[in-house]
Amino acid sequence: MSGTTMNTGKAAHGSGRAPRARSRTRATGGSVRRAPYAFLFPAVVLFLLFFVLPIGYAVYLSLRKVEVKGLGLGSGARSEVWTGLSNYTAALSDSELVNGALRVLGYGAIVVPVMLGSALLFALMLDTERVRLTSFTRLAIFLPYAIPGVIAALLWGFLYLPSVSPFYFLLDKAGLPQPDLLDGGPLFIALSNIAIWGGTGFNMIVIYTSLRSIPVEVYEAAKLDGCSPLQIALRIKIPMVAPSLVLTFFFSIIATLQVFAEPTTLRPLTNSVSTTWSPLMKVYQDAFGNNDIYSAAAQAVIIAVATLVLSFGFLRVANARSKQEEAR
Amino acid sequence: MQFTMRRRLVATSIAVALGATTLAACSSDSDGKDAADSGPVSLTYWAWAPGMDKVAAIWNKGPGKEAGIQVTVKKQASGDELVTKIITAAKAKKAPDLVQAEYQAIPTLVSNDVLADITDEVKGTKDKFAPGIWQQVTLGTDSAYALPQDSGPLMFYYREDLFKKYELTVPTTWDEFAETARKLKKEDSSKALTTFSANDSGQFAGLAQQAGAKWWTTEGQKWKVSIDDAATKKVADFWGGLVEEGAIDNQPMYTPAWNKALNTGKQIAWVSAVWAPGVLTTGAPDTAGKWAMAPLPQWSKGENATGSWGGSSTGITNDSQHKEAAAKFATWLNTDEEALAAMVKEGGIYPAATAAQTGGALSKAPDFFSNQPDFYTKAAEIAKTTAPSAWGPNVNVAYTTFKDAFGKAAKAKSKAQFESALTAMQDDTVTDMKKQGFEVAE
Repeated sequence: MSGTTMNTGKAAHGSGRAPRARSRTRATGGSVRRAPYAFLFPAVVLFLLFFVLPIGYAVYLSLRKVEVKGLGLGSGARSEVWTGLSNYTAALSDSELVNGALRVLGYGAIVVPVMLGSALLFALMLDTERVRLTSFTRLAIFLPYAIPGVIAALLWGFLYLPSVSPFYFLLDKAGLPQPDLLDGGPLFIALSNIAIWGGTGFNMIVIYTSLRSIPVEVYEAAKLDGCSPLQIALRIKIPMVAPSLVLTFFFSIIATLQVFAEPTTLRPLTNSVSTTWSPLMKVYQDAFGNNDIYSAAAQAVIIAVATLVLSFGFLRVANARSKQEEAR
Repeated sequence: MQFTMRRRLVATSIAVALGATTLAACSSDSDGKDAADSGPVSLTYWAWAPGMDKVAAIWNKGPGKEAGIQVTVKKQASGDELVTKIITAAKAKKAPDLVQAEYQAIPTLVSNDVLADITDEVKGTKDKFAPGIWQQVTLGTDSAYALPQDSGPLMFYYREDLFKKYELTVPTTWDEFAETARKLKKEDSSKALTTFSANDSGQFAGLAQQAGAKWWTTEGQKWKVSIDDAATKKVADFWGGLVEEGAIDNQPMYTPAWNKALNTGKQIAWVSAVWAPGVLTTGAPDTAGKWAMAPLPQWSKGENATGSWGGSSTGITNDSQHKEAAAKFATWLNTDEEALAAMVKEGGIYPAATAAQTGGALSKAPDFFSNQPDFYTKAAEIAKTTAPSAWGPNVNVAYTTFKDAFGKAAKAKSKAQFESALTAMQDDTVTDMKKQGFEVAE
């Protein structure tokens, strides 16, 4: 491979060659130039088929709508027509979608800091020298991540319902107040708790792995300079795992914006969670409850764009800042 | 050179592989059709009622074998999800021959060109059903779009023992119902007669139906939506009032907490349909033999009407290549004695056919109601009083709004919000219809 590539390079620059040699290099040169595309081909086909095509179809649907004539009974009463951007304007002016977005932001404001904070804390604690039962603890904290979100929400749902929850039973016996976790403000805590319980372990593993890759010499040097373990954690470990913190933050934002399983599972248990509690729930409700795939497609596109802007916007800011620091 | 050859080889093998799958797909498809044309007709039936495959097996072995019609049941999730699924399948021209459709979904399915007009195929079956039931499969026209399969007349279920304990009488009117709820609260504030649940719209629709509401009607080529009519307002006000004054609970049904409340006697009554024994058996197992069933309370003394909650029909799709064969099976399924008995036994459904509502498989009361031996005789009498209902092409939208708006109102325990929730239901439904292009009369 590399031999032929070098040949091509020469052929491109050396123009005064014998015609025979020239034609030979040209033939192989052509096939080599095409080689990367050949390697890319399967991936590109899959990308087009399973990524670009569905997105394109969703965008197409979002520009369409159904039009009914008269009573809409009988065959041919329904037809699909172009509608321009009306699905988008309707979605953007729909207060329910905006309220859903605000609810999710409130939920994210609890989930992301608490989850990443505890993940970082656990990772740092596991990484200290004198800790025992590391692998067991690591597994124990990671385990909830292996439990599917729907199951986790069901489990917690039972624990949140006062009349069936063992916690409420204990609170009752102890004569303590029994807050209604499925209502108003506490509902956000109840929902966040499920996400934090399930997600902390995964983020901890990511941070912990990058902690383990820090060379030991760095710590030795710090110790010689008289750093306490706390100072090592704050001044060395955290700055050095900043890239993985950025990564976990990035993933968490996306996961938060896509919250669906937990509120959907808790919805039948309480009057406080509506069918359109989060934006994705509204998309689902419109598509599968109200049979309006066109509005659902428009909302899905809006959510995708918002997610892209938010998450990549964050990455940009984070990158710019780290570059600035490098320059300093 | 060698490299190019290998690449070509890879490309060819991919092409061959892709081609093979396409070919395989084609051949399996055409095989199915060939078999249908030469041998017995094979039909697919999407249904969610439990044990429907066993009922179809009876057909396949007996009458189906004679007629050369074989039915395969494909089990579905119930309710709203099936509606979207079958509309999507119909768009792709891949809908099954037969589908189990809830009554309120029929207009949506007809409007989406899914259900075929089977008036001629099912001629002569009309008399086998109560008029209120039959009217739901005709949408009030002269055509028939499905055959009634099962129905769910509303009734009043109560804990006989606890009613005695608290010296309550079984309410015959809604006023008495409210008094009963208040009296129980006075006797024991930890108990509630029942709950207003916002998570199943069918119950509220049934109660409105009893009060005489007609949510969707047609005027020439226009639809008229009157979800916020006087009758429904009366129902919403009644329940909103009870929730506001704290006479009944406001938490949803079908939750672990609700099961426990029924099982431990914290809630002592339930407005439900004829299928309630099944739900109580699993949800409140410790209370077997302690419940009794009575007719639904009435709005004024001497009236005799009920609504329905649930119930479904068998429809035939426009995609079906064998509509006549499908109609034969649907007719057998919903009118034949053996088929209905099997549906009662295997699926625990309450048949829509009047003749099957007493005797046969329903001669004995459900085990859970062994204390009430005439359960089904009484149920059949109540079923006859089912008020007509009027469904429109976007019941799903109204139902979704019900869950959200009434959920909010129940949470706030505010009668005023019950009223505005009803207005929201009306507005959302009309807005959606207009958006789709339906002509809506104001």
